[in-house]
Amino acid sequence: MASIKYDINTAVDQRYKHGFVTDIEADSIEPGLNEDIVRLISRKKNEPPFMLEWRLKAFRHWKTMQDPAWAHVRVEPINYQDIIYYSAPKSRDNGPKSLDEVDPKLLETYEKLGIPLHERAALAGVAVDAVFDSVSVATTFKDKLAEAGVIFCPFSDAVRDHPELIQQYLGSVVPYTDNFYAALNSAVFSDGSFVFIPKGVRCPMELSTYFRINARNTGQFERTLIIAEDNSHVSYLEGCTAPMRDENQLHAAVVELVALDNAKIKYSTVQNWYPGDENGRGGIYNFVTKRGDCRGVNSKISWTQVETGSAITWKYPSCVLRGDNSVGEFYSVALTNNYQQADTGTKMIHIGKNTRSTIISKGISAGHGQNSYRGLVKVLKGADGARNYTQCDSLLIGDKCGAHTFPYMEVTNPTAIVEHEASTSKISEDQLFYCLQRGISREDAVSLIVNGFCKAVFKELPMEFAVEAGRLMSVSLEGAVG
Amino acid sequence: MLSIKDLHVSVAGKPIVNGIDLEVKAGEVHAIMGPNGSGKSTLAHVLAGRSGYEVTRGTVTYMGKDLLALSPDERAHEGVFLAFQYPVEIPGVNNIYMLKAGLNAIRRHHGEEELDAVDFLSLVREKMKIVNMDESLMNRSVNEGFSGGEKKRNEIFQMAVLEPRLAVLDETDSGLDIDALKSVAGGVNKLRNKDRAIILVTHYQRLLDYIVPDKVHVLAHGRIQRTGDKSLALELEKHGYGWIGSKAGAA
Ligand SMILES: Nc1ncnc2c1ncn2[C@@H]1O[C@H](COP(=O)(O)OP(=O)(O)O)[C@@H](O)[C@H]1O
Ligand SMILES: [Mg+2]
Repeated sequence: MASIKYDINTAVDQRYKHGFVTDIEADSIEPGLNEDIVRLISRKKNEPPFMLEWRLKAFRHWKTMQDPAWAHVRVEPINYQDIIYYSAPKSRDNGPKSLDEVDPKLLETYEKLGIPLHERAALAGVAVDAVFDSVSVATTFKDKLAEAGVIFCPFSDAVRDHPELIQQYLGSVVPYTDNFYAALNSAVFSDGSFVFIPKGVRCPMELSTYFRINARNTGQFERTLIIAEDNSHVSYLEGCTAPMRDENQLHAAVVELVALDNAKIKYSTVQNWYPGDENGRGGIYNFVTKRGDCRGVNSKISWTQVETGSAITWKYPSCVLRGDNSVGEFYSVALTNNYQQADTGTKMIHIGKNTRSTIISKGISAGHGQNSYRGLVKVLKGADGARNYTQCDSLLIGDKCGAHTFPYMEVTNPTAIVEHEASTSKISEDQLFYCLQRGISREDAVSLIVNGFCKAVFKELPMEFAVEAGRLMSVSLEGAVG
Repeated sequence: MLSIKDLHVSVAGKPIVNGIDLEVKAGEVHAIMGPNGSGKSTLAHVLAGRSGYEVTRGTVTYMGKDLLALSPDERAHEGVFLAFQYPVEIPGVNNIYMLKAGLNAIRRHHGEEELDAVDFLSLVREKMKIVNMDESLMNRSVNEGFSGGEKKRNEIFQMAVLEPRLAVLDETDSGLDIDALKSVAGGVNKLRNKDRAIILVTHYQRLLDYIVPDKVHVLAHGRIQRTGDKSLALELEKHGYGWIGSKAGAA
């Protein structure tokens, strides 16, 4: 009997190995949302008045809005009064601390997640900002980065320490009026990362933020802002996990990127929020607004995302190609297994001359998963010589899942060239049999073939994360083949 | 090693193999010849365990085990190898990465330690020489964009790495020019040994000039019509398959 129990546990463990809960004393506020809650969050963060004003404007605007209903997903209605909008480990209450002062339980949590925060143990060349529920609990290599002039800190710190930058850039890419979830986020956002790369600096390390949801009934509303000044360069990565729970939890983030003249921003995501169980119970609602503004000439913003987690993903990392010759890229792998749903894609808005964009989307559906690509390529009148190439491939595993493609094109400049290719395929029995005949098990064969299908996207990820992404695909596909 | 008794196979309800008996011993090379559509690939696929082939009668015993009861990957673990007539392309999957996954799965099955990247690479380099395979094919996706000849070489290269006990080579000669044929056949000859059995499935006698079989079987209408030595293949070449067909009809 004991051994059977053990087997089940390891099986579940393998399927979602980040599903544990950290037992830590938290300072959580009451559930519910009103102006007082917004004020309370701002007060807890010791924010300057401008920030509270902005939050309140966002909140008042949000109250006039409705949940969007156009995505190809089924969502249980969300009661926004049932959610806790702020929860932080008690030990983090008195402001930022040095690594040595971080609660050992938190260090242990990140260790368990494979993100050691002690700099001597950390992944070489990667600085980490660790966000736990509503707050950043630690940021590594801050000093080393500061030497290069790079600011990499929790968003809350930036609001206090660099208010002029926040006032200049916050909401300049995603205004609080943008959409329902962006407005909600603007009102109640808790923490996230702030990155500033000054003129001419090539950031000496990979920057990454690791988001962890821990507390029950809590929403996570993080806010990330990356500013790359002229001729600068940065590569940033985010990872996300959450405990396994039967209830759904809301994660509504906003990410804004600003690239000035000749600047390059590479933004990679490995999203592994808890996807819910095999019957579709529980899991994270991942409703995220991500947008990059190629504000300067010759600037470049590149999004790479690997979306394997979440019960529902609603997310369209986009590029506004304002500067002449600017470049936008979107590389995406989205996997839905069991009852997961994803409606994801991108928007490429060509405004400047000779702007170029590339969209490579790979959707994998298994089980009862529903996977939609939704993308807009818009070329404005002045965008002479704009070019877009879109490739959208779907792979189906089994016959109960679905793949859908919703490409939109609005081209008002006659010199623009817009190409779209799409394919839908199943894993072929010939390919599977070939692998089996070489001794590879059916599950490994499927994950091998799926990883091959995703290769064009994985090769865009920084090396260490490409390996992690491949492994994640195998785990997420478990149980997908009978 | 392999004992096939009264094997009947249907595909999509249609009988294709109608009573094959075949005994293959370790160290032997058997050629199975026959016209197109006579059921050669069907037999090869049934031995490897491909789904969609229904065994309606008969038994296949391999190394004392009921082969038909094993899944395809289990058969591979036990040393059954099929060189495919039409090797499939798997985009994005590195050719030798897949092979490494296979080899290590087989090694795990035998309780052997898995090979790490370095050891595997040196093994691969050594084995590539056996079939004069171009090293550039190492880093390509499985069979993707390979020429017909490169695909066949790749199959024999995989055989060299996996070291099967029973190898079924399905028309490994088809689509090869004479130089490629010689080098692939040379590779197969190097892989002959006293513990390994090889079944060569072929349409043409030509291959048997380079790989000399111990026995030749002629398959038609899903049955072995005649069995002999190499001279049977030569006779067959002289008279064509019609000769067998008419003999079978007369019998
Ligand atoms: N998947 C299949 N579905 C239907 N018929 C098949 C299938 N595979 C093979 N056959 C038929 O079985 C017969 C034998 O085919 P095959 O074994 O490929 O012959 P060979 O390899 O000797 O040329 C042919 O008539 C062929 O059309
Ligand atoms: Mg054939």
